[in-house]
Amino acid sequence: MFSAELLLNSVVAGLMLGSFYAAVALGLAITFGQLDIVNIAHPTFVIFGSYVAYIVNENFGFDPVLIGVVFVPVFYLLGMLLYQVYYACFERTGQESLSGLAFFFGLMFIVEVLLILVYGVDYRLVEAPYIGKTWHLGYIDFPLRMAVPAVVSFVMTGLVVLFMSRTFMGKAIQAVSQDRLALQLMGADPIKVKRIALGIGIATAAVAGALLIIIQPVEPSVGRLYIGRVFAIVVLGGMGSIPGMFVAALLIGVVESFIATFYGPSWAPAVGYGILLLTLAIRPQGLFGRA
Amino acid sequence: MKLDRFWLGVAIIIVAGFVFTKSFDNEFYFFTTYVVLQGVIIAVAWNMLGGFTGYVNFGSAGFFAVGVYTSVALHKAFGLPLPVLVLASGIISALLGLAAGYLTLRLKGIYFAIATLAVALMLETVASNWEYVGGAAGTYVLQPKESSIFDNYTELLFMLMLLIAIAATAVSRYLSSSRLGQGLSAIRDDELAAECAGVPTLKLKLISATTMGFFMGAAGAPFPFFIAFVDPLSAFALLITVNSIAMPMIGGTAVWYGPVIGALILGAVQEVTTVTISSEINLLVVGVVLVLFITLAPKGLVGLVHDYMAKRRADG
Repeated sequence: MFSAELLLNSVVAGLMLGSFYAAVALGLAITFGQLDIVNIAHPTFVIFGSYVAYIVNENFGFDPVLIGVVFVPVFYLLGMLLYQVYYACFERTGQESLSGLAFFFGLMFIVEVLLILVYGVDYRLVEAPYIGKTWHLGYIDFPLRMAVPAVVSFVMTGLVVLFMSRTFMGKAIQAVSQDRLALQLMGADPIKVKRIALGIGIATAAVAGALLIIIQPVEPSVGRLYIGRVFAIVVLGGMGSIPGMFVAALLIGVVESFIATFYGPSWAPAVGYGILLLTLAIRPQGLFGRA
Repeated sequence: MKLDRFWLGVAIIIVAGFVFTKSFDNEFYFFTTYVVLQGVIIAVAWNMLGGFTGYVNFGSAGFFAVGVYTSVALHKAFGLPLPVLVLASGIISALLGLAAGYLTLRLKGIYFAIATLAVALMLETVASNWEYVGGAAGTYVLQPKESSIFDNYTELLFMLMLLIAIAATAVSRYLSSSRLGQGLSAIRDDELAAECAGVPTLKLKLISATTMGFFMGAAGAPFPFFIAFVDPLSAFALLITVNSIAMPMIGGTAVWYGPVIGALILGAVQEVTTVTISSEINLLVVGVVLVLFITLAPKGLVGLVHDYMAKRRADG
């Protein structure tokens, strides 16, 4: 029953899963972690990304990852537009806490129901040459269905980290929720900075959605499963920290994989929520957060 | 004087409800009104914390489902009578509210929102794996063959829901109009200032969270007998959570009667759209109406009417 081989495979599967989770949580790490915009609808935007990948893949047969990357600018514009609405309705009037939350909640609901109305509740999937293939390295299996998303997610997270640390705009995004006034003195418009940041956050959903539908078939309500998971990852990772978020994602991936391997998959969804609640109760600043 | 009018209204509503059960035989009416009343209870309960203090509960369905499953389990194990089930479900759910509140109400509001969401989703996983109450596949619950003053069991359930709804509204009214309510609105307006002025903010928030949990659980207790088949999908329905937020937002969160108005209107609209069009369109309507009200009329219908009256007075 319990063998080193099974354990090792479970760890590797968990790491790949976790790396993928980072792609879904990345957008939230930017919007929630750095802008204090509680975009609870983010997983639903990811599902929207999955459907975009599905539709283009079904009709033209392009590679899902490529589709995700191509749609990044579209999602970026969508995100900027979303920020304009959010700013005009809530931030400007200082009602973002309660109303902003409920706004994103309603938005999540609308997107989900629209997808159900148009595409029904059937599971949708994409086709790509690597789905179904598995590489073997000694005892360890690397199903490409998991490995490709894991690698793409790692690269995407890396690019965002580089952007945040190397460019002026990236640093401005990190600064905007900490000290608005100082940022204005530096000659950056906080509203523009936030608009771009939310744009980037939503843009990651295009890629994350494509990765999701490579890993598993998708139907509109799958997004809800990810809400607890991505918030757990972002909070555990210490809110603003993207590398911290990545480590937290790996951690949750491995724990989920363990639970699924040794206790049964039906308990795996509870892992994220359990970790989230524990984190909130014991260490709300996360593993790597500023205390 | 105002107090007398409120209780007079309550008495009239109870009598009217009773007359309603006696003058109609068609069970459909009671199905529909039951669902609307369930919405009223949950909306009023949500507003005790969400509206009065500004802490958003995203897991209403979880609290409701705790009531549902407490009721199923106790009914199956001991065959307890319905009023006892309502009370027990309320208490268990209240404890959940207290626990969730104790852990997260000291943090920023958003953490409480996420925590309630996480609690609801985690409980759903637990319910899916708990075979005694049906697990993921669900379980049938038979209506007890009790003889009562009502023609059928649905009428009895309707009357029970009416009483719970009135109790919830009365408690909510007390919360908002008493000294306690002043403390709660102080929390909503500026928690730090309230704390500095000596308002025991954590204690007040915990009282609100516990009361909210109690009524959401109580609303869930009769549900298994009403629906006859319980599974995690129906007990943890997202619609319950969305309604619990949308109804107070539409009615107006600042006053006790806001959620009642919102629930009655939205509940009625939902029943009509579900029957005449489809349940998916119904969901879409709720989402769109919610977003429209939040963005365009954040004070809800009550706020709109107030603004209109104030404007008319100003115009002379």
